[in-house]
Amino acid sequence: MNTSLSRTEFIITRLIKVSGYSAIIFVGMIFYFLISEGLPTLGEVKLTALLSTRWYPIEDYFGILPLLAGSLIVTLGAALIAVPVGIGTAVYISEIAPRWAREILKPLVEVLGGLPSVVLGFLGILILAPYLHRILNLPTGLTALAGSILLGGIAIPTIVSVAEDALDAVPRSYRDASLALGATEWQTIWGVTLPAARSGVLTAVMLGIGRAIGETMTVMMVTGNAPVMPSSLGALFAPARTMTATIAAEMGEVANGSVHYHVLFFIGIVLFLISLIVNVTASAVVFRQARRVERLLS
Amino acid sequence: MPSSAPGEATSQAPARTIENKGSDTIVNLALAWAEKYQDLHQEVRISVTGGGSGTGIAALINGTVDIANASRQIKPEEIKAAEANGTEPVEFVVARDAIAVIVNPENPVNHLTLQQISDIYSGKIDNWLGVGGEDRPIVKLSRETNSGTHVYFLEEVLRLGDKDNKTLFSADTLLLPSSEGITAEIRDNINAIGYDGLGYVTPEVKVVAVSGVDGGNFVLPSATSVNNSTYPIARDLYMYTNGEPGGVIKEYMDWIHTPEAQEIVNELGFVPILSQ
Repeated sequence: MNTSLSRTEFIITRLIKVSGYSAIIFVGMIFYFLISEGLPTLGEVKLTALLSTRWYPIEDYFGILPLLAGSLIVTLGAALIAVPVGIGTAVYISEIAPRWAREILKPLVEVLGGLPSVVLGFLGILILAPYLHRILNLPTGLTALAGSILLGGIAIPTIVSVAEDALDAVPRSYRDASLALGATEWQTIWGVTLPAARSGVLTAVMLGIGRAIGETMTVMMVTGNAPVMPSSLGALFAPARTMTATIAAEMGEVANGSVHYHVLFFIGIVLFLISLIVNVTASAVVFRQARRVERLLS
Repeated sequence: MPSSAPGEATSQAPARTIENKGSDTIVNLALAWAEKYQDLHQEVRISVTGGGSGTGIAALINGTVDIANASRQIKPEEIKAAEANGTEPVEFVVARDAIAVIVNPENPVNHLTLQQISDIYSGKIDNWLGVGGEDRPIVKLSRETNSGTHVYFLEEVLRLGDKDNKTLFSADTLLLPSSEGITAEIRDNINAIGYDGLGYVTPEVKVVAVSGVDGGNFVLPSATSVNNSTYPIARDLYMYTNGEPGGVIKEYMDWIHTPEAQEIVNELGFVPILSQ
């Protein structure tokens, strides 16, 4: 009995260990694959050509700057929408909403998170883009803004559920202490609860942005995919082409091992590096704040 | 002819396999033909693969396929290579492909010359005023660069068929992944112009009459205008056989030119060849 128990325990421990390491191994393998397929680009395309502003791969124009700018502008717009709305919703659900409202809202947000992005894309083409076109009097509604709004919608559920969990984890006593000292409910949320849940909320924001920058289908359907190099913030109201949409639209037809194929993988490397930088920055910020809190408490 | 084949071979295993390879533009059409023909003639097996017009013709020259599909005519150097190899490609026009230029029904512009369409897509004209329309910006829509239609439009319309012309699509041309996306945007947006295979055009958009030369007649795309070559943005689709075909291959090529087979051409969005 005892030996069989310890044997089961041994097996289960190993299994958990393997699945833990597998995450690292998979990321490593993906990174190796990206590098081996993408780095030949640097030998085939001049760096100046790669950093030019014209993307037209079937005639060997491989300037990736408009794609990079397109991704950044769409993601920035999405963050501007999703971060305030997402954190606001999380605060409302966790701190303010009566019990019955919370029990309706939480599952609803999760359903929103489960919506297939292609469905959102359809709504974007059929409703959002014509609406933006009419209301803002734009030449076309298929713009970076349409992508930003839909990506915001995709990022909000992620931000809400992670941030809400973080706020929930703040001990009741913090709030009670604050209220007992005469702070209003709003002062308590802004000055005590949110700062106490800071690292969780920041993680929520980063996960949300990560979800937005990697999203493909929706942006491909609503941003118009024109590789225009943006010259001002007005580019938010013009069509844009993101890196993800470019890879998705062109990978299917590209000849294996061709220059175009390598450049698409190179764009994959750039995307990978961007999400790596976002994550490392986030954890660095969280880490530093944790240290500061420890110092204050000691 | 359909009547001659079945009798002798129905009880046997497939008597003959026809190898068919080439253009990706017509691979679906070739597949549809092959499926239908195999239903009618159990003794014949037809294997269809894509790979591009050049691939198909090269395979025909090397004798590895019976029929090559091509969305362009065979080049002189390919004919030379074939002669050197002892093969003799024989050409059949099997269907036609036309590209319609479409705008919003409320757009007053009804006709454009090829030169005007080229100037619009290259960005030289960016307001409908420039082509006799209202004072509105032009929003240019195109299929993605991996679409055969995109490449054909680039070569025959933007560059007016001139090989040395290096005109490109203006960078602010919207590249949409599907015909549905183009139709939806044109239906809702009076500023938009787009193009697509004639078979994909829906009644919700307006087809523009096109003239090949400045001052020429403006022609709407239709089965008639494509067949008598008055509509300028159209091309023939070809099949090549090695020498005058005989036996099973001849029967298949004959069947492709029957109304029954040409009806499939219609269903797949191409223009059938009218019996002369």
